[in-house]
Amino acid sequence: MPDQVLYAIEVTLNGLMTGVMYSLVALGFVLIFKASGVFNYAQGVLALFAALTLVGLQNGQVPFAHVINATFGTNLSTFGWHLPALLAILLTAGIMVILAIIIERLVLKHLVSQAPIILFMATIGLAYFLEGLGDVMWGADIKKLDVGLPQGISDTIERVTDGWFGYGFFIDNLDIVATVVAVLLVAALTIFSQYSKQGRALRAVADDHQAALSVGISLRFIWVLVWSIAGFVALVAGIMWGTKSGVQFSLSLIALKALPVLMLGGFTSIPGAIIGGLIIGVGEKLFEFIMSSPDLAGAWFGFTIGATENWFAYVLALLFLVFRPQGLFGEKIIERV
Amino acid sequence: MKTKFISLVVGGLCAAAPAMADLVIPNLSYRTGAYAPGGIPYADGFNDYFTLLNARDGGIGGEMVSVPECETAYNTEKGVECYEATKGLGALAYNPLSTGITYQLIPKVTVDHIPLYTPGYGRTSAANGKVFEWVFNYPANYWDGASVAIKYLLDQNGGDLAGKKIALVYHNSAYGKEPIRTLQDLAAKHGFTLTELPVDAPGQEQKSQWLQIRRDKPDYVLMWGWGVMNQVAVQEAANINYPMENFIGIWWSGSENDVIPAGEGANGYKSLAMHGTGMDYPLYADLKQYVYDAGKASGNGDQIGSVLYSRGVYAAMVIAEAARKAQELAGVSAINATQMREGFENLEITEARMAEIGLPNFGQPFAATCADHGGPGAAMLQQWDATSKKWTLITGFIAPDQDVLDPLVAADSEAFAAEAGITQRCN
Repeated sequence: MPDQVLYAIEVTLNGLMTGVMYSLVALGFVLIFKASGVFNYAQGVLALFAALTLVGLQNGQVPFAHVINATFGTNLSTFGWHLPALLAILLTAGIMVILAIIIERLVLKHLVSQAPIILFMATIGLAYFLEGLGDVMWGADIKKLDVGLPQGISDTIERVTDGWFGYGFFIDNLDIVATVVAVLLVAALTIFSQYSKQGRALRAVADDHQAALSVGISLRFIWVLVWSIAGFVALVAGIMWGTKSGVQFSLSLIALKALPVLMLGGFTSIPGAIIGGLIIGVGEKLFEFIMSSPDLAGAWFGFTIGATENWFAYVLALLFLVFRPQGLFGEKIIERV
Repeated sequence: MKTKFISLVVGGLCAAAPAMADLVIPNLSYRTGAYAPGGIPYADGFNDYFTLLNARDGGIGGEMVSVPECETAYNTEKGVECYEATKGLGALAYNPLSTGITYQLIPKVTVDHIPLYTPGYGRTSAANGKVFEWVFNYPANYWDGASVAIKYLLDQNGGDLAGKKIALVYHNSAYGKEPIRTLQDLAAKHGFTLTELPVDAPGQEQKSQWLQIRRDKPDYVLMWGWGVMNQVAVQEAANINYPMENFIGIWWSGSENDVIPAGEGANGYKSLAMHGTGMDYPLYADLKQYVYDAGKASGNGDQIGSVLYSRGVYAAMVIAEAARKAQELAGVSAINATQMREGFENLEITEARMAEIGLPNFGQPFAATCADHGGPGAAMLQQWDATSKKWTLITGFIAPDQDVLDPLVAADSEAFAAEAGITQRCN
């Protein structure tokens, strides 16, 4: 097989894996939008907050230590423990549930029946508040996240593909784990929404708020539920992205990578978030591969360009929107007057 | 009631402002946002050095130093706002730690007559004092860094890089693009192939660039990164099993922040260093006595001795020495910004003076002139040891290739002068 074809296959596989990472972020947006019609601007910050909390708990970091020390003249920094990763993840998930309850009590409850734009603005405020809270609680330094996930090239895949093609493909072990986790997460969410009482209630609210309220479904409970699930999904995304780069405040910017996925896949479809992520991942990686290659774009157009991924993802999403404004899997909204 | 309120406000403002006799050196810092891990240690080192001078020496030449801090969040617009908000305090110099902010401030400081000091960052051609009267970027700039990296590689390859492949992974911004022209000229001179690999900000996703590096197998990779781009690049290099000893970052890609997240994978990674690092300098005994133990440390006090903390200390030290020189030249202690510029332009820092300050062999000696605002441009190389979690200097100061750099600096600064209608001075 020609080298360029092999490279293109490798790039495609890595694009699929990267797309899964984007989908993990996009899922949180979809869950909240589907249940409440709110575009949650704070989803990226939720991932950051979850990852900060996870590292802090795992390493026994004293929250608000800087404030406590400055106020009382103490010298606190750690509790002196190191929690097992699983326990720290469970505790963090619990904290995300508590956070969901607090958000519902202090913010959402007071905005029932307000226009979606008001709720959207509230999530902008929430994003900045949580970012500041995370800073004061855990500090702005970069933290190494180690929950035991493997990283680096998969030797097996490299060896096998080298045997087949004479060129060993690079696949990151972390991306393989992310793919497995994403599959399990989507399966769990699907089973939950199809077969559990709370899941059916959630779907009812998503279909029609008023009708759901009229049959006795508590909107407040559903909001707590969906923000808790979105918080858990944010935790998963935070773990995956935080393992790649360390936990730091730029983690909240991963939300920017989810936007074209949502535009393409639709804001209301869980499969759409996955398929959209895969298309964006493969599309941007292949485009970058072609346009930065002297043997391809250089030979065809006489020039090469790099760093195309950020903008090309949006171009790709906009192209899809021209033909399907609601996204690939989004619900077509027809409003009659 | 209204009068009382106005009196209270005016009184409050007066209390918040530095005393008029203070030497005011604003600290345009970033302690929040995506780039805070780099901004915090730098700001802490900068503040702590001036706190030491105030506590130990009663300031500089008998004048206390005031360091009002303004948060820029590494955002150019906010940086300009900070400049506008603090210049009225009688600011003597600015050091914004951002190339983007620097580019915006160059025309402003030229009009306002306030020195801009950008050690190791900012506009490289500002090294030409004939054109950039109010800007100083000694002891080294980006183009110096590119040349030093290549000179080091020449040394590693018996003086011959012909036929070698070198990749540049860079932040796709004005900052990241700075070394390209220099490296292209050096590639032509030494016969190596240069591959340019831009990474869009913030740089969390670099799979494409590192897959290309894996395919192309360059002999060396250079990096011009900042923020999360650095951590991800080091991790991706480790992921593809790239030999870390062949991976060299600019000094802004060489802090503890950049390597710790990758753990053992970062072992052997190298970066340029324009000053020493760590606490093995006599200055730290004074810092401990007068600042840390006195509870006056800036921030959490947890960044002491790190690479970027050391750089903040270095920048503050140079500014303090410029102020001292300005006082000497003007014959007064309460200098103004114009006199401060004279101090910068006539500043000479010798090894003896650095030893006296408590920083022996910490930075390179230099003497500025009317035409030379850029200094000698030498840099060292340091290597990361993941086991001890420490940087170790592996070379002494390496001088850049001025034969290549001087024409580049002249061409760029003269183009700026022509565009801005600046008459060159120092004739």
